[in-house]
Amino acid sequence: MNAAAVLQLQNVQAFYGHIHALKDISIEVREGEIVTLIGSNGAGKSTTLRCISGLLAPTEGKILLRGQPIHGKKPYEVAALGIGHAPEGRKIFPQLTVEENLAIGAYLESDKTIIARRKREVYELFPRLAERHKQDGGTLSGGEQQMLAIGRALMQDPAILLLDEPTLGLAPVLVELLFETLQTLHKAGKTILLVEQNAWHALQIAQRAYVLQTGIITHQGAAKDLSNNPEIKQAYLGGD
Amino acid sequence: MSDALLELLPSVLLEGLLLGCVYAMIALGYTMVYGVLGLINFAHSEVFMIGAVAGVEVYRYLGPHIGNPYALALTALVVAAGVSGLLAMAIERMAYRPLRARGSTNRLVPLITAIGLSFFLQDFTRLIEGLWHGEFYMNYPANEQMEALHELPLGMAIQNKSILVIGVTIVMMLALDYLVRKTKLGKAIRAVAQDASTASLMGINPDRIIARTFLIGGALGGVAGVLFGLLYSQINPFVGFIPGIKAFTAAVLGGIGNIYGAMLGGLVLGTLETLGGTYLFFMTDGAIGNEYKDIFAFIILVLLLLFRPQGLLGKTQGEKV
Repeated sequence: MNAAAVLQLQNVQAFYGHIHALKDISIEVREGEIVTLIGSNGAGKSTTLRCISGLLAPTEGKILLRGQPIHGKKPYEVAALGIGHAPEGRKIFPQLTVEENLAIGAYLESDKTIIARRKREVYELFPRLAERHKQDGGTLSGGEQQMLAIGRALMQDPAILLLDEPTLGLAPVLVELLFETLQTLHKAGKTILLVEQNAWHALQIAQRAYVLQTGIITHQGAAKDLSNNPEIKQAYLGGD
Repeated sequence: MSDALLELLPSVLLEGLLLGCVYAMIALGYTMVYGVLGLINFAHSEVFMIGAVAGVEVYRYLGPHIGNPYALALTALVVAAGVSGLLAMAIERMAYRPLRARGSTNRLVPLITAIGLSFFLQDFTRLIEGLWHGEFYMNYPANEQMEALHELPLGMAIQNKSILVIGVTIVMMLALDYLVRKTKLGKAIRAVAQDASTASLMGINPDRIIARTFLIGGALGGVAGVLFGLLYSQINPFVGFIPGIKAFTAAVLGGIGNIYGAMLGGLVLGTLETLGGTYLFFMTDGAIGNEYKDIFAFIILVLLLLFRPQGLLGKTQGEKV
C-alpha cells in the first residue's frame, strides 16, 4: 500500500470478437513489485495484457499508467509512455539479427550511449544473446527467443514490464533460469506484471497475485496467501 | 550468320543491362511496398510515369539555364525523385490507408483501387500536359555530349548517358542497401514488414513507416522515369504501363518482398528480354521480330511461376495475391 501504483486497471471490460473476454477487471501493480496473473487457458490473461498495451481497446473501464489514462491509445503511444510488452509467443523478428531485434526495442531512444548501456545490461542478463548477437532471431532456440523477447522489452526501459507466458514450451532447466532472471530484475527494482500458466512458480517469485477465471477475478492477494489457499491449490497447483 | 550474331552479343547485353537498370529501379518500389503491406501497388507504374514527366519539365524549363548536361540530368533526377516520392506517399495516404483503417483485410479492394488510380493518373497527366503545352507527347532532348560514344573492348561502344544510367543505378542500389540494413528507418521498415503489430509494441507507428516506404519506393520509381527518358527519349502519359508491368514481373522473378531479388530480377529480365527480342528475329528469319519482346518477358514469368513460384531469391511461402 505504501509504494505508488505504477499501473491500475479499473473495471475494465473487453470483447474479443463476440466473446466477452474481460468482465470488470481491476488490477493494480505498484512500484518495484512482481504481480502475477494466473488462470487457465482462455481465462483472459493475455487479453488483459493486450488491453494494457493498446493492441485491444477496452469497451469499458480505465487503464492508468502512473495516474495517466492510457486506454484507447495506440500501442506505439502506450509504448512511448512506458509500457514494455513481451507478447505471447515471443514474436521476435525472425529475419532481424539478435542485435537488430534489441535495437528495435530501443526504437524510441535516440541517445546512442543510453542504447549501448541498455544493450550491455541485456547481454549481462542473458550472456547467450551476446554469443549469438549476429544470428537471425528466427534461428534461435525457443529459450533464446524468449530471452530475446524479454531483452527487447527491457531495451525500452519501461515503467512496467508485461510478460506473457515467458516459460511456455521451455525445458525445465530453462524455466528455472528464467524465473531466476525475473528475480534478478526484481532486485534491480523493475516493476513486472507476469502472466503465467506455471502458477506454482509464479507465486513463488511474485509479491501479489490475481486469479482470473473466464474474464473475472476470482481471487487476489499476497502471493504467499494464495499459494496456501486450498481452493487455488486444487485448481491451479495440481492438488495437494 | 553466327559470326554476326556473336559480334552483336556484347552490345545486346549492354542494351539489356540498361533496360534492366530501369526495371530494377521500378521493381524496388513494388517489392518494398509488398514487403510492408503485402499488396501490389499497381499505381506504381504511374509513379514512374510522373517521374519521367517531371524530368521532361525540368529539361523544358531549366534546360536553357543549365549548360552542363550532367548537372541538368542530376537536377531532373532529384526533382523526379521528389515528385514521385511525394506522389507515392499521397497515394498511400488517400487510397490505401483509409482502407486499412477500416480494418479491411480484403486484398482485392486495394488492388482495384490501385487500378482505378492508375487510369486516373494517366488521364489527369494527359489533361494537364494538354492544357499546359498543347500536347501530351514529350521528348527528352538529345544532347551531343550525352550521346558521345566511348570505345570499349570486344567492339562495344558505350554512350555517356548509358554510363550515367548505370552509375545512378549502382549508387541508388548501394544507398538503398545501406538504408535498409544499417539505419534505424531501415530496421523499422524490416520490423514492420515482418510483424507490424509487434513493432508497434516497441513504439513504432506502422503507418509512418509505411508512408516512408512509399516515399522511398516512389523516389526510386521517379529516378527510373528519368533514366527511361534519357535512354529512350520519347514519353507520354501512358508510357508507364509496359515498364511497370515488366518491373512487376521482375520483382516476382527475383522473389517479391526481397529488395535484392528486385535488383537481380530487373537486370535478368532486361537482359533476357533484349537477348530474346534480338536473337529470335535472326533465328526465325524475321518471322518473330523484336516487337515480340514483351511476350518474351511474360513467357519468363509464366515459366517461373510454374517452376519456382517463390522467385529467384524468395523463400517458400504459399499465400498472398
